[in-house]
Amino acid sequence: MNIHEYQAREIFRSHGMPVPDSEVATGPEEAAEAARRLGGGVVVKAQVHAGGRGKAGGVKLAADPAEARAAAVAILDLEIKGLPVRKVLVAPAVEIATEAYAGVVMDRASQRPVLMVSPEGGIDIEQVAAEKPEAIFKETIDPRYGLLAHQATGLGYRLFSDPALAGQAARVLNGLWKAYASTDATLAEVNPLVSTPAGEVLAIDAKMNIDDNALFRHPDLAALRDVDAEASSERRARDAGLSYIKLDGDVGCCVNGAGLAMATMDLVKYYGGNPANFLDIGGSSSPDKVIAALQIISEDPNVRSILFNIFGGITRCDDVANGIVAATGRLELEVPITIRLTGTNEREAVRILEAAGFEANTDMDVAVQRAVAAAGRAA
Amino acid sequence: MAIFIGEQTRLVVQGITGRDGSFHTRQMREYGTQVVAGVTPGKGGQPFDGEIPIYNTVREAVVEREANTSIIYVPARFAGDAILEAADAGVGLIVCITEGIPVAEMMRVMPYVRERGARLIGPNCPGLIAPGACKVGILPGQIVRPGPVGIVSRSGTLTYEVIFQLTNAGVGQSTSVGIGGDPIIGTDFVDCLRAFEGDSGTEAVVMIGEIGGTDEQVAARFVSAEMSKPVVGFIAGQTAPPGRRMGHAGAIISGSEGTAAEKIRAFQENGILVAERPVDIVDAIRSVL
Repeated sequence: MNIHEYQAREIFRSHGMPVPDSEVATGPEEAAEAARRLGGGVVVKAQVHAGGRGKAGGVKLAADPAEARAAAVAILDLEIKGLPVRKVLVAPAVEIATEAYAGVVMDRASQRPVLMVSPEGGIDIEQVAAEKPEAIFKETIDPRYGLLAHQATGLGYRLFSDPALAGQAARVLNGLWKAYASTDATLAEVNPLVSTPAGEVLAIDAKMNIDDNALFRHPDLAALRDVDAEASSERRARDAGLSYIKLDGDVGCCVNGAGLAMATMDLVKYYGGNPANFLDIGGSSSPDKVIAALQIISEDPNVRSILFNIFGGITRCDDVANGIVAATGRLELEVPITIRLTGTNEREAVRILEAAGFEANTDMDVAVQRAVAAAGRAA
Repeated sequence: MAIFIGEQTRLVVQGITGRDGSFHTRQMREYGTQVVAGVTPGKGGQPFDGEIPIYNTVREAVVEREANTSIIYVPARFAGDAILEAADAGVGLIVCITEGIPVAEMMRVMPYVRERGARLIGPNCPGLIAPGACKVGILPGQIVRPGPVGIVSRSGTLTYEVIFQLTNAGVGQSTSVGIGGDPIIGTDFVDCLRAFEGDSGTEAVVMIGEIGGTDEQVAARFVSAEMSKPVVGFIAGQTAPPGRRMGHAGAIISGSEGTAAEKIRAFQENGILVAERPVDIVDAIRSVL
């Protein structure tokens, strides 16, 4: 789960990290008010779950409340990578001497968290990794011991040769590790971590991702989910127990199992079509899940053809068939449906579908080709 | 022959009285697996289906029934501890079906399991099946047939699809292993490839990967450096957008790392036959057998 910068700043602050005070605004007047309270120049930043905010015009400096108002008007009108901006952060503009990077990530290969720093901050860290890998320094953390003092100090000196700054940086890294570990995060990142001409080290940005699987033990964090910041179809899918991601194509896909769902999307592409979505109806699927899935897929205006690909194991094909029949009776679908199912209770499923006037395939390639052709005819 | 499981397997089912645990215990027994015990804390002493003794702890199952393999069907919030309990009890092979264990918890579990010399398969996996001999997991028994092809996969139903197509084409399997869709898993592709390389019943291997992480790339280098048996590879997720979790917690392209294109390239550079579609796996395997 992504959380917004303003939420991550709060978590960082609660772990003793030096994060300048800031406010959140949902409208231009609020932004101007916030700028007035903070005093002096401010930066107005879009709060949206997308990278590249700066390039998209989502970050603006403002010298006074009037400029902050204007900046908020412009930013709240933006859509960044398809996501509308509904909130802005207003923070004091900080004088910057140097910009560094610090982040804790979950490293799959070592199966441990890794604390990574670079004196080359302020830009995309992947770009640094690609162009100047020698400027990135890492410490692997044993999760049973946590970040060790010498690891934090050592990385502090990788960022600053001045002992006062290095010491401050080490304290920031400790705070960052604690923020990461105490929230079940999969990412906690400061970019940039700046030093000021006055000799202060400050975290002026904050980014965190929280492990969805751990939210059950962090109800306070689960409450941070911004349901307005995601597509409503994806939110409804989650509520229905479905895993759904909207894409740009016109062949709606309804599959059981994530791997088979991806392979089905790839096959749609292979046969010249474009998948409209990823959708995994999960294991023990009830007819209700199928109805919810069909509803969500069919509400996507780009969808011209719907493809079911079900491999019955735990999932019973007859459950899916009943769901399709019930849903089509209720939803008045205007797009053609192609159905492939095989495995547990396949014969029963075929009987149910044929009685309702559907044709059922057992071959995946045949079904995908038909679904792609149907989308082509409808276009 | 098979890898990791076989006639020697004496299975304890952790979470045997739950909905999934009880259903799949019956399925595994029907398939011929020796299910010697079950564990559900608080239900010790009551036999399951009148025949399988239930204990409160895994240790009792090991002491009383000589269980050497465990399968875990307990809910996510208790599954991490269930793995640790099995490792502590001296179980050598632990298969965890449960989906949804927090990553931070798995990071604590893995070193503990290794220190006790146990092998963990999963979590978030369908388990293993050695056709005609033994099944530890949820793979459907009716779609497999004995034969010379080893299968290792990060997926569930996609694996069934591939097994089904191979079986329909008359190509049998030695063992199919689902290693799980999470970012942190106990047994990776290389572990399985090494076991298949050493298994006299396996002549060729199918490796089914997906987007996310670098496990397939590492495995590809292992294949060219250390394997004599032919390997056919398939990668799911060529049409997956970056930065989005595609169902499996581990199926996510982070930045530019873990794309399907990168994995397919690693396969090609290391002598792995790449199948474009699942159905192409059948032809590719036939060409190397």
